[in-house]
Amino acid sequence: MMKGLKKWRLFALLTALIVFLSGCGKNYLSTLTPAGEVGKEQHNLMLLAVAIMTLVILVVVIIYVLAIVKFRRKKVGEDVIPKQVEGSTALEVLWTVIPIVLLLILAVPTVALTYKFADTKAMDAKVAEGQEKPVTVNVTAKLYWWQFEYKNEGIVTSQELVVPTGEKVYFNLTAGDVKHSFWIPAIGGKMDTNVDNVNKFYLTFDKESKDLKDGVFYGKCAELCGPSHALMDFKVKTLSRSDFDNWVKEMKASDKQVATGDLEKQGEQLFKTSCISCHATSGVGKGSGLAPNLATFGDRNRVAGVLDHNTENIKKWINDPQSVKPGNTMPQPEKINKGKKFTDQELDALAAYLMGLSVEK
Amino acid sequence: MSSTAKKKGFGATIWDYLTTVDHKKIAILYLIAGTLFFVIGGIEAMLIRIQLAKPNNDFVSAGLFNEIITMHGTTMIFLAAMPLLFAFMNAVVPLQIGARDVAFPFLNSLGFWLFFWGGIFLNLSWLLGGAPDAGWTSYASLSLASPGHGIDFYAIGLQISGAGTLISGINFIVTIINMRAPGMTFMRMPLFTWTTFVSSSLILFAFPPLTVGLFFMIFDRMFGSNFFDHTMGGNTIIWEHLFWIFGHPEVYILVLPAFGLYSEIIPTFARKRLFGYSSMVFATILIGFLGFMVWAHHMFTVGLGATANAIFAVATMAIAVPTGMKVFNWLCTMWGGSIKVTTPMLYALGFIPSFVAGGVTGVMQASAPLDYQLHDSYFIVAHFHYVIVGGIVLALFAGAHFYWPIMFNRMLNETLGKITFVVFFIGFHMTFFVQHFLGLMGMPRRVFTYLPNQGLDTYNLISTIGAFLMAIGVVLLVVNVIITTIQNKPCGRDPWGDGRTLEWAIPQPVPYYNFKQTPLVRGLDTYWIEKMEGNKEGMSYAEPISDIHMPNNSIIPFVMVFGLFVAGFGALYNPDADKPWALAVLIIGLAITFGSMIVRSLKDDLGYHISKEELMNEKGGNE
Repeated sequence: MMKGLKKWRLFALLTALIVFLSGCGKNYLSTLTPAGEVGKEQHNLMLLAVAIMTLVILVVVIIYVLAIVKFRRKKVGEDVIPKQVEGSTALEVLWTVIPIVLLLILAVPTVALTYKFADTKAMDAKVAEGQEKPVTVNVTAKLYWWQFEYKNEGIVTSQELVVPTGEKVYFNLTAGDVKHSFWIPAIGGKMDTNVDNVNKFYLTFDKESKDLKDGVFYGKCAELCGPSHALMDFKVKTLSRSDFDNWVKEMKASDKQVATGDLEKQGEQLFKTSCISCHATSGVGKGSGLAPNLATFGDRNRVAGVLDHNTENIKKWINDPQSVKPGNTMPQPEKINKGKKFTDQELDALAAYLMGLSVEK
Repeated sequence: MSSTAKKKGFGATIWDYLTTVDHKKIAILYLIAGTLFFVIGGIEAMLIRIQLAKPNNDFVSAGLFNEIITMHGTTMIFLAAMPLLFAFMNAVVPLQIGARDVAFPFLNSLGFWLFFWGGIFLNLSWLLGGAPDAGWTSYASLSLASPGHGIDFYAIGLQISGAGTLISGINFIVTIINMRAPGMTFMRMPLFTWTTFVSSSLILFAFPPLTVGLFFMIFDRMFGSNFFDHTMGGNTIIWEHLFWIFGHPEVYILVLPAFGLYSEIIPTFARKRLFGYSSMVFATILIGFLGFMVWAHHMFTVGLGATANAIFAVATMAIAVPTGMKVFNWLCTMWGGSIKVTTPMLYALGFIPSFVAGGVTGVMQASAPLDYQLHDSYFIVAHFHYVIVGGIVLALFAGAHFYWPIMFNRMLNETLGKITFVVFFIGFHMTFFVQHFLGLMGMPRRVFTYLPNQGLDTYNLISTIGAFLMAIGVVLLVVNVIITTIQNKPCGRDPWGDGRTLEWAIPQPVPYYNFKQTPLVRGLDTYWIEKMEGNKEGMSYAEPISDIHMPNNSIIPFVMVFGLFVAGFGALYNPDADKPWALAVLIIGLAITFGSMIVRSLKDDLGYHISKEELMNEKGGNE
């Protein structure tokens, strides 16, 4: 008996340890390690809810266990006919009122936060002379990539959202083809990108992302949108205000990027005949919504949102997009290269050119 | 038409079931068909979990994965859970209220065949160019963009089977209002009858929005209308509203009868009257009513605005109150009772903590700002599986063990039943408990894969192992059924020994006319009252033995629905330019359906009578 118990305790301890070790997930992805005000408030709300719910579960479990232990037929006796109780008004009132009170405790912050998170008046408000408008990002979700247009700054990027820390960043969200949903778990969530209308909300980013494992927070599409829904990741780079201003400045100058080196130049030529009709390489202006803007391609963290960022994967992606992201709208190379696949050398050139597109180097 | 068990040939038995209008046989049909679809949906679930067992897995392709999740959800909700509950409703409700059958036996048969052919139609999509792939919710922008005929199979298949559900729902409402035995007032109705009644009323109001939505979808995809096409002035959010105005009550349509089953099982094996009967009835009605007020909590992230979100958040929390009342009433039923842990009771005991866990995570998601994080993540997957598996599937298993004696005059093996429970229960918690954390750690739902080393690997593996345990549990249950069928030992009347309601008072096997004389109901738990007063027959009677009017069997429902099934293919392929025969198929199918309707209308079918003498001669067996 004791031996069995000891084994049990060891098992329980191990289980608890496993849960604890992997309990919170990764700080660039998990809602349990919030790195922004919205996420933190949501996390606190969750802790409150969990506390209340644990209380409820405890009460139920105690009554439940006691009832089973005390009133087993083996204990009560085989032929005993229990008293046929009809019910109890006092008890009914008790377990109606107490839950209502508990729910009210949860309902108050719920309603307050619902209104707070929906407050986006500042994004359209007039600002005083000399003051800067709040950073507002127009997000367009497409199969299976993201466009981020900074309307006040007059720049556009894609796949990697870049934002300043320590201030509210406002978002206008919409979808270009089918419905998607914009979610950065570690910062706060979430809002759908509908095809019919523009949704607005805000987030704040407290922590600079450069210390994270991949140097970015992970963003997700949270609404089923087709075969490659699972691969529709985006990344979030959070910079201090001064770094962000710098980035904006570089972005505004990104139309002057030129390829250096022979391989890069060959790549640029190829790009101009095959890719340029959809992909822009200048981050200035508004997004076309046709295909991801590539002005910052060399700074990126992943190829096609999910592959590691290296030449090999760029070549793989260009050579056969459908094998990487089934159902995506990037044409197979035959369609854009006069019916032929790119040669390995051409792919090298394209990759070299793309890797050279950068505003941070 | 002779009476009971004559040995029949195989063909004759099949013909009997194709034409039957007897609620007891229709219950068996629902049970078999529901189990078939439950197994199909279960296999789909296993494929999902195998694919997600490790990161970057390529067990199934991305597109196929979406088809599997769509069919898993659709099959489990519409073709497994609902018909299995209908099986118990059909088997038990007429007996519980002292009726000889449902109000409309012909419609009962029609409802079953609609569900069945609709389900077959939907599942044939696997063989005919691909299953639907837009999720069981089939949100409009994605479902309109979906290539192939998958979504058309979804829309037409659900339309056919949904009509069956609606018909069955109406049938039960009328049955319960009109067919109760003398003395069975509303407040003497057993809880399973009550929940069936409320659930059927929900069907009556919840299915029409789905019907409308599906018709819009069919028109958009096949006839070029633009209800949901935003580029032509349509709106996709309308689909979401229509779907969830149906979809949320649907949850209660499923869970209320499950509550009803527990409310029968717990008093039986606690040997004690259900605690707070009237508040249980009140809670049931209140849940049903509130169920219609909360659909937008599925849409907190859609952007309906703060006021809408706040109202729906608070309304949703309110549902926790009557649900909590039920839980405490069950606990108090056990308290002071004499609890015998049989297999059905074991399932009921497993249900209480599981469902409370599912309920509290529901309250968490009712809190709109918190739901912004939880929505469409694995947290919600964990939540609704706790409610559906922990609430409904456990009830179905419990009900199967509990009512097997009523349906088949046999007892399922108790030992094997308890082993099944343990395996399934551990597997269930293992599969879904960790999914709460997967969601909180940033895993969206409906993803066919995930990246390695992002903290998601271990829990996904644990979840998959749990799913295998659940599968083993289901296999054990099937084995139990086979063993019981082979052993073929009749168990007689009231085999649990503690039956309380009328269905346990009927001699076994239940005569095809149910009650030789209509019983007189003298209070809640009729049979218990008679037993306590030492009445060996188990019933008081409200009438002397007299002729019984019975309906004739009919093949017409089967043919009528088969016509719709054929017409479905015509409608589905009609837009295809390369399939000119489709229009002919559509017309032939509809001709079959309308033809059989005309036959039904013009041919008088007055049924037959069992004479008093025949009834007197009948053993009407005691035991």
